Amino acid sequence: MGYVLEGKSGNWEVVCGLEIHAQVISESKLFSGARAAYGGAPNSQVSFVDAGFPGMLPVINRECVAQAVRTGLGLAAQINLFSRFDRKNYFYADLPNGYQISQFAHPIVGTGTVEIELQDGTLKNIGITRLHLEQDAGKSMHEQHPGKSVIDLNRAGVALMEIVSEPDIRSPEEAGAYLRKIRQILRYLGTCDGNMEEGSMRADVNVSVRKPGEDFRTRCEIKNVNSVRFVMHAVEAEALRQIALWEAGEEVRQETRLYDQARGETRSMRSKEDAHDYRYFPDPDLLPLVLAEDDIAQWKSKLPELPDAKRRRFCAEYGISFYDAGVLTAEQAMADFYETVARGRDARLAASWVTGDFFAAMNRSGATLENPPVSAAHLGGLLDLISDATINGRIAKDVFEEMLESGKAADAIVATKGLRQVTDTSAIDAAVASVLALNADKVTEYKSGKDKLFGFFVGQVMKALAGKGNPALVNEAVKRLLG
Amino acid sequence: MSLEPATVRRIAKLARIRVEDDEIAPLQTQLNAMLDYVAQLGGVDITGVEPLSGGAQMAMRLREDTMCDGAIAEQILANAPDRAGEFFAVPKVIE
Repeated sequence: MGYVLEGKSGNWEVVCGLEIHAQVISESKLFSGARAAYGGAPNSQVSFVDAGFPGMLPVINRECVAQAVRTGLGLAAQINLFSRFDRKNYFYADLPNGYQISQFAHPIVGTGTVEIELQDGTLKNIGITRLHLEQDAGKSMHEQHPGKSVIDLNRAGVALMEIVSEPDIRSPEEAGAYLRKIRQILRYLGTCDGNMEEGSMRADVNVSVRKPGEDFRTRCEIKNVNSVRFVMHAVEAEALRQIALWEAGEEVRQETRLYDQARGETRSMRSKEDAHDYRYFPDPDLLPLVLAEDDIAQWKSKLPELPDAKRRRFCAEYGISFYDAGVLTAEQAMADFYETVARGRDARLAASWVTGDFFAAMNRSGATLENPPVSAAHLGGLLDLISDATINGRIAKDVFEEMLESGKAADAIVATKGLRQVTDTSAIDAAVASVLALNADKVTEYKSGKDKLFGFFVGQVMKALAGKGNPALVNEAVKRLLG
Repeated sequence: MSLEPATVRRIAKLARIRVEDDEIAPLQTQLNAMLDYVAQLGGVDITGVEPLSGGAQMAMRLREDTMCDGAIAEQILANAPDRAGEFFAVPKVIE
């Protein structure tokens, strides 16, 4: 049994599906030549088409179509050669046309699948129902002016992909994992930047509850949740609200709700009472979108290696654990960094340094992979010195710290600071002999059976050699001279 | 076709058109006449005919992704009933 919520009447199961709105990365908007990027002075990225001026006609952007197809391919989904645009009619101050151009009956992408991973390592498939292209609306702001709402149409008409999942999600954790996985795939593909703070990715969360084994009950839709954490909270808060209703003998009413992040609860959006009466009809301004097999094949041939495939390859090619491979492929830039370090070197040693000291240094300094605290080439250079026994593992940590501070290459630091490992057996033997002579009492204890003292002798010898002794040679010498 | 008065009110509400009580009956008559007129199409036998998506049987033309419009905020705002700086201003709508 997976995730359940306990009510007064027994256990409840959560049923959840997500509609993710992802802003397409493109130069210009879906149906106009105005700039699509986030930011810009208010209403400076608006054409007459976006502002809904009379007589203006939409012309579709080929790159937005390509981005939707790439995303569909990344979700292992069916690509529809024929799709069509419909008008979704509703009134809102930031929707100049009074309708949004969307795809209702014939979306560009059909069913697909995404694999998610849970905390305990379980893998689960979440079905994708469809992906369609649509226009974003403008942005309303309510704090800028005392008595008015103000509107910026820069975002109006920017291409969005709406990715609809099947109601396969059964817990807040699965909802979070699914959202993160979609974001990861979109970032790898370069079709959406996945930046939830700037609103370029947001989710509508559909939640219902049921007794195990039952059919679906009535669901509610929570609009515009803008972080992974809030999605997880919203699923749980809404499920608990519905359980309380059912258990009080009331009905759950199908409605649109808002997640109030300050209170951690959902509440009804009364303005959306008629929201489901969108009166869709085919947009008479737009002909059907017909794709050529050749175009799809060409876009497909240029897709990057996706995170699941990369992770499996890392395991096979570099012999690292599935867990480490997951960490190292979380972001494309991270995977590239690791591969630069690992290629032609001890790949497991590379994985342990990248996920260990390197990550720690990144976190400490708040650096990013575009501007890493130590370059991949320099970190590789350090690993070379460990692998060819120029320095030992302990000294390597010191050299790494020095690299962080000075930005110098490892071999230069080792040369100037004289950190080269001591492999001269006569020097090591001499150090061992003096340690044993200074600790005659402990030698006696050791010989009478106190085996644990072995580590003490090794430590003392290392200290005498300023940490630079070759660990294997030191061990061997201590063992030999203790007789 | 026969629309109920409640449906007429709902259509008006969705279209954000205010309709007074004494206007419902005439609107009901007019809308019903329109629906009846269009309903004549229902008499045509369309067995085996594919739905037509547009006036011409051709596919949509796709344009290249280049930025070639915008930076005309003054013209965009020129007809706005109200503005606040470079923004449109509308009655407060807050959820």
